Amino acid sequence: MRVAVVTFPGSNCDYDLYKAVQLVGGEPTFVWHRDRQLAGYDAVMLPGGFSYGDYLRAGAIARMSPIMDDVVAFAHRGGPVLGICNGFQILCEAGLLPGALVRNASLRFESKDVHIRVERADTLFTSDYDHGRVLRIPIAHGEGNYEAGEATLEQLEGDGRVAFRYVSADGEVTEAANPNGSWHNIAGIVNDRGNVLGMMPHPERATEAILGSTDGLGLFTSMLRSLAPAAA
Amino acid sequence: MSTTEGTLHAGAIAVPPVPPRDGDPEVTAELVADHGLSGEEYERIRRIMGRAPTFTELGVFSAMWSEHCGYKNSRRLLRLLPTEAPWVIQGPGENAGVIDIGDGYALAFKIESHNHPSAVEPYQGAATGVGGILRDIFTMGARPIAVLDSLRFGDLDSGRVRYLFAGVVSGVGDYGNCVGIPNIGGEVAFDRGYEGNPIVNAMCLGLMKREELITASASGAGSPLMAVGARTGRDGIHGATFASEELSEDSDEASRPQVQVGDPFTEKLLLEASLELIASGAITGIQDMGAAGITSSASEMAGRGGSGVEIDTARVPVREPGMTPYEILLSESQERMLVVAEKGKEDEVRRILEKWELEAAVIGHVTEDGRFRVLEHGVVVADIPALPLTQGCPTYEREGVESEHVRSLREKDLAEHLSPEGDLGDRFLRLLGSPNIASKRWIYGQYDTTVRSSTAVRPGGDAGVVRIRGTRRAVAATTDCNGRFVYLEPRRGAHIAVAEAARNLVCAGALPTAITNNLNFGNPLKPHIYYQFREAVLGMAEACQAFETPVTGGNVSFYNETDGRAIYPTPVIGMVGVVEDIDHITSHAFRNEGDAIVLLGANDAEMGGSEYLYVTAGLVAGRPPSVDLMAERSLQQAVLGMIHEGLLRSAHDCSDGGLAATLAEAALGDGESPWGIEVALDDDLPPVGVLFAETQGRIVVSCDPDHAGAVLRIAEIHEVPARVIGTVGRPGGDLNLRLTRGFVSVPAARAAEAYFQAIPSIMDAPATAGA
Repeated sequence: MRVAVVTFPGSNCDYDLYKAVQLVGGEPTFVWHRDRQLAGYDAVMLPGGFSYGDYLRAGAIARMSPIMDDVVAFAHRGGPVLGICNGFQILCEAGLLPGALVRNASLRFESKDVHIRVERADTLFTSDYDHGRVLRIPIAHGEGNYEAGEATLEQLEGDGRVAFRYVSADGEVTEAANPNGSWHNIAGIVNDRGNVLGMMPHPERATEAILGSTDGLGLFTSMLRSLAPAAA
Repeated sequence: MSTTEGTLHAGAIAVPPVPPRDGDPEVTAELVADHGLSGEEYERIRRIMGRAPTFTELGVFSAMWSEHCGYKNSRRLLRLLPTEAPWVIQGPGENAGVIDIGDGYALAFKIESHNHPSAVEPYQGAATGVGGILRDIFTMGARPIAVLDSLRFGDLDSGRVRYLFAGVVSGVGDYGNCVGIPNIGGEVAFDRGYEGNPIVNAMCLGLMKREELITASASGAGSPLMAVGARTGRDGIHGATFASEELSEDSDEASRPQVQVGDPFTEKLLLEASLELIASGAITGIQDMGAAGITSSASEMAGRGGSGVEIDTARVPVREPGMTPYEILLSESQERMLVVAEKGKEDEVRRILEKWELEAAVIGHVTEDGRFRVLEHGVVVADIPALPLTQGCPTYEREGVESEHVRSLREKDLAEHLSPEGDLGDRFLRLLGSPNIASKRWIYGQYDTTVRSSTAVRPGGDAGVVRIRGTRRAVAATTDCNGRFVYLEPRRGAHIAVAEAARNLVCAGALPTAITNNLNFGNPLKPHIYYQFREAVLGMAEACQAFETPVTGGNVSFYNETDGRAIYPTPVIGMVGVVEDIDHITSHAFRNEGDAIVLLGANDAEMGGSEYLYVTAGLVAGRPPSVDLMAERSLQQAVLGMIHEGLLRSAHDCSDGGLAATLAEAALGDGESPWGIEVALDDDLPPVGVLFAETQGRIVVSCDPDHAGAVLRIAEIHEVPARVIGTVGRPGGDLNLRLTRGFVSVPAARAAEAYFQAIPSIMDAPATAGA
């Protein structure tokens, strides 16, 4: 699996993502946003961080970077695109995913481990997980409160496009388990074709026992398996 | 040395006259005083110059000879601190200290204060404090891998204090979060002794390969000097001098223009660009334009390189037109660097900066005449011998006399507090709910603690731990200082600060290795303050010697006073340690029902300076607990021995709140599943003493009951008193503490509520009308 980890000025989880891809046996490459080189990659990942300092609005400036045209084209061709945290915000700003991520309900940056439930185990990002499994994964964001219009939410739920939901440790959707006020406790969604995933929690930070959790590994192994069926 | 001496007496050398610049004020005695220079110091400047300085030159001297840059009231005593060890690569005098941590890696680390700016503008003051310390690290060639923050505020019942606290925390958080450096720990204390003058110290650790080390010196005549990063504006002018004054009622409004404004996004770009510049070999020196801006960075680089520099202020990229040389030289605009490029490689420097969307401009060059020369459009406006400017700041040893008031507080009889009326369980809960003891999750919940995917132990325990990828190693770091102890007895308080830091590191599984310190004090011209300073430095030197933890750098912050009232003397110890194998990483929380709880060290009823006295009687008095440095060292070695043998499930240092708080913290962990405990303490001491005295030299460990014998044996070898005091109970059980003369039983859930909700219930409460 050849992965382009796209970096913008202000990306800061790029290295973590690179290492996570490497850990499962993928081949990551950093692609600087001005270089516009996405040919030959099996997947594109947009890392977390503060692209352009979150100035104006998280992801709002990065989405105008020339490479986003290439990312959009890549996604429209059916290529897998994963956006984590700021990457998710950029995907929403770029129109690859519906809705928006607004200021956390607490009005503060929230950094802690959360529990999320796998709502879809049949996407190329989640096939190694069992449906309904509860994962323990860190979050670290100030603007992760997922919002969308009623119609969009209905469509997302109706089509089963909510990939992850914030839950309690025993898997219940509760208000207390929702760290940022996201509607319907949404932590991650996919596009209608299922080849674009955006999520606020950081699976790349939960890939080794020394970090406190390995629950994020499945995301990367799922992608590896889906994209290299022969090797699996 | 001879050169130094020769140049220092430069009075004999004719300094070319520099005509006054149009529009600059005349240098009068009043102007000299406004610049914080004494008449004696001004005479010294005249001798060095062989003439009267110009307005610009006066500004340059006042910044370089401020307390902040010149260390004039501290330098003599600081020489007493041990600074050398085989593993020290870079001691004091550079942007940061550097130590060898094995496997070819070196660790750069440093702590710095931003107290005054944070008192005036908490968010920006704290944010720029983090920015400054990050730059100190990456200008050494090291990539920042962790941040810690050491904070002090007044009591949280004041609205103003809550405002300062909230602002500082979000400033520290937003800056580090944006740059992407995990916060792995620190400390905070609340006490009326810090009302009006909070303490904001930020520490950073950076990792590099040994050979990547670069220093900040300017050599090679003709090499271009380049200003890199953000443009120079009018913010923070004379910040260094501001940091060297006391605060007053009026400081708020009048001083705000001296507070810099931070831009963490530019910092992140500057970080990446700087590391790329260093790796490219296109530069020979790099330094942050921190306190005193271009003035200090350029003159210090020249001073270290034994060379001179010439700068034309008209070539410095500025934010607004009409800035004078004086303003440009003294601006403390953030996110700027001064770089010495290899001659002929200016374009390579520009290309790297351009990639990161930053500016680089040649503003001057290195000379060999030993002068700090400044031009404006080619016309000389300042011409000063560099060495006397950077090294010639007069240093003073002041008179130090202990305050009678403090002496009487220390000698106060505390007997009545050892046998109080009322329920011990209630007191226990009150203590757990005191913001000084309670969980600090409200704070670090706003800090990204996991970015870089290397944090092995997050904030909330004894020390933070970050693994080193590609090796079996990790580094641990902590900041510690109990200002009440230092206030009551400075030398002993300093012993305790160093001992506690070392205990915290060994509890995490690390060998204490080196120290950076941040000496926060009041006005050193007052004899009782200078006494505190001298005693604390002496105490620190003794403890550092005993533990073989040299001091590789740090920061002195004097004049922490508001309306004449000084803070508690607070010499914060930032200590780093090396974990040889990640399997040794240990945390403070109990892990298994049925594990044996072992107390290492002996209990005593030393109540002086305790949190218990503050919470129950509002009192800061008595003699701080005694410290036996050799016994502390044995304790550290014993615990490391147990960890290396794989015997321990947890280790937690005994400090604020005493043994009761230590046991509760280990039982409550991160709050997800608080354990009950069954503990019996057979000491023949008053219950209050056993539970709440902050007696030193104690660590609580837990282990498989089958390993308890081995744990006790290792303790015995090191001559450390040790005994099994109980077992870890079931999740959600009770905290039961049986004493010879009393019994305390508190449900874990109630303890957890007191401990975890204390700070949120104060900070998240809806503001009441009129508050």
